[in-house]
Amino acid sequence: MTAPLIVFTGVSKTFETARRTVEAVRDVSFTASRSEFITVVGPSGCGKSTLLNMTAGLFHPTKGLVQYDGMTLTDLNPRTGYMTQNDHLLPWRDVAGNIRVPLEIAGMAKREMADRVAVLIEMVGLTGFERVYPSQLSGGMKKRAALARLLAYDPETLLMDEPFAALDAQLRLKMQTELRQLCRRLHKTVLFVTHDLDEAVALGDRILLFSGRPGTIYQSIVSPLPPDRDLYHLRRDPDFVRVTGDLWDTLASTSTVEA
Amino acid sequence: MSIPLPAFARRWGAQVLLIGGLLVLWQILSGWAISDFFVSRPTDIFASIVTSTLDGSLPFNAAITAFEALLGFAIGGLVGIVLGVALGRSRALSDLLNPLVLCFNSLPKVALAPLFILWFGIGLNMKVALSAATVFFLVFLNTYTGVRSVSSELIAILRLMGANQRHVLTKVVLPSALTWVFTGLRVSVPYALIGAVVGELFASNRGLGAMLAQAQGQFDTAGVFAALFAITMLSLLLNAVVKIAETRMMPWQKQADEQATI
Ligand SMILES: Nc1ncnc2c1ncn2[C@@H]1O[C@H](COP(=O)(O)OP(=O)(O)OP(=O)(O)O)[C@@H](O)[C@H]1O
Ligand SMILES: [Mg+2]
Repeated sequence: MTAPLIVFTGVSKTFETARRTVEAVRDVSFTASRSEFITVVGPSGCGKSTLLNMTAGLFHPTKGLVQYDGMTLTDLNPRTGYMTQNDHLLPWRDVAGNIRVPLEIAGMAKREMADRVAVLIEMVGLTGFERVYPSQLSGGMKKRAALARLLAYDPETLLMDEPFAALDAQLRLKMQTELRQLCRRLHKTVLFVTHDLDEAVALGDRILLFSGRPGTIYQSIVSPLPPDRDLYHLRRDPDFVRVTGDLWDTLASTSTVEA
Repeated sequence: MSIPLPAFARRWGAQVLLIGGLLVLWQILSGWAISDFFVSRPTDIFASIVTSTLDGSLPFNAAITAFEALLGFAIGGLVGIVLGVALGRSRALSDLLNPLVLCFNSLPKVALAPLFILWFGIGLNMKVALSAATVFFLVFLNTYTGVRSVSSELIAILRLMGANQRHVLTKVVLPSALTWVFTGLRVSVPYALIGAVVGELFASNRGLGAMLAQAQGQFDTAGVFAALFAITMLSLLLNAVVKIAETRMMPWQKQADEQATI
């Protein structure tokens, strides 16, 4: 195993608002190695997004430590790229313009920028929609545009919050395959949040199963699937069937009805 | 047998009918139900507009008022946008200036006219200042609100992309505040004219406000209405200019609108 890149040690996060206090996550500890693909799955409101926010350095833990590459995070973490649950495209820029934003910030030359944008648009299957504004895209297309923008600036670690939730099954499978291949080729470290158990098992080298609020890691499962797995034929893979089955059982035995 | 008219034609037809009807009613009632000394009558007003246009007094005065209003609008708008962005971006600055802003907000801007006469004399400057003071505040408040309402998550995402303050300002804050800026500009169009006209009413012998005052002094009701008509036209014109600038600068809004009407 390579050196750990992301280290959570006893992390708790409590939100204090005027009306109430919410403990989002409690005592979370885990380590992500370089170029590891970690999926995070758990019920709604268990602090999955909060976990990503802390890795990006947007929030800081109430208790415990979040370290990145050996340093405790005190500010934004510029080595991560974040694809939030809301796609947050810029409504005043068309698809190509949105994908260009990180390239403009990096000061890339115009010509090079155009080439790169074309490649990315092709990759996420948005060819023909370059000049369309986000308000006219479907939910899935917005997600794909946001993904292209994320990949455009090539961050070391990808934080992805339910990126494929709005896609149809076919497209999702295509995007999942693309993402895994891309991340393996470019040695990306990924924290991938989903509420879909199948997706979590299909994609993850490791799966973190969270319990309901306050979120704690209920189980951490190292995937028995090979790194170069074929996502199109997983449904019949005995390892896949076993792991998802186990996870469903675990979930069934732990799920408590929330008021 | 009738061919169904398109919806816009029917709406236009109804509008023309309504306005025409009101004018006819006005014409009939004037002098019979209400003294024409108070309300004049459409034909007299039309005649007054024609004569004052032909002798050049109406275009001349309208041009002066338009110039004052435009200059006031531009100065007030510009200062409003700059200060709105500055205060919207800096918590410390806006906290510091908050009481001042509140005071200035509660002050009816036309009440500044006497002060501006002392400062700028009774020339053009004073009207421009009055117009600018009124416009400034509306644009400032809207810009400030716009800058404040920029999603902090969006800013965070940009900063994760490596954006510095300048990038955040030009790529997120300004464009997303633009809708608000234009709202401010649009609502302040009539106020730019209020500033100019009130200034002229106070002290001037030129401009539509002065024309208004003169006509009133001579009990020329038709002349008063003619001046009011010219002021309204100016306001509509200025409004159209802002509207055009708005669609030019925010094409994404147009696309969204088109979609909404389908
Ligand atoms: N900025 C915030 N201020 C106050 N409370 C917050 C904030 N962000 C999250 N929370 C609270 O923390 C808890 C966890 O939120 P979080 O968004 O991390 O959940 P999640 O696991 O991502 O849920 P979902 O699957 O629905 O997206 C929720 O109860 C939420 O109300
Ligand atoms: Mg979430």
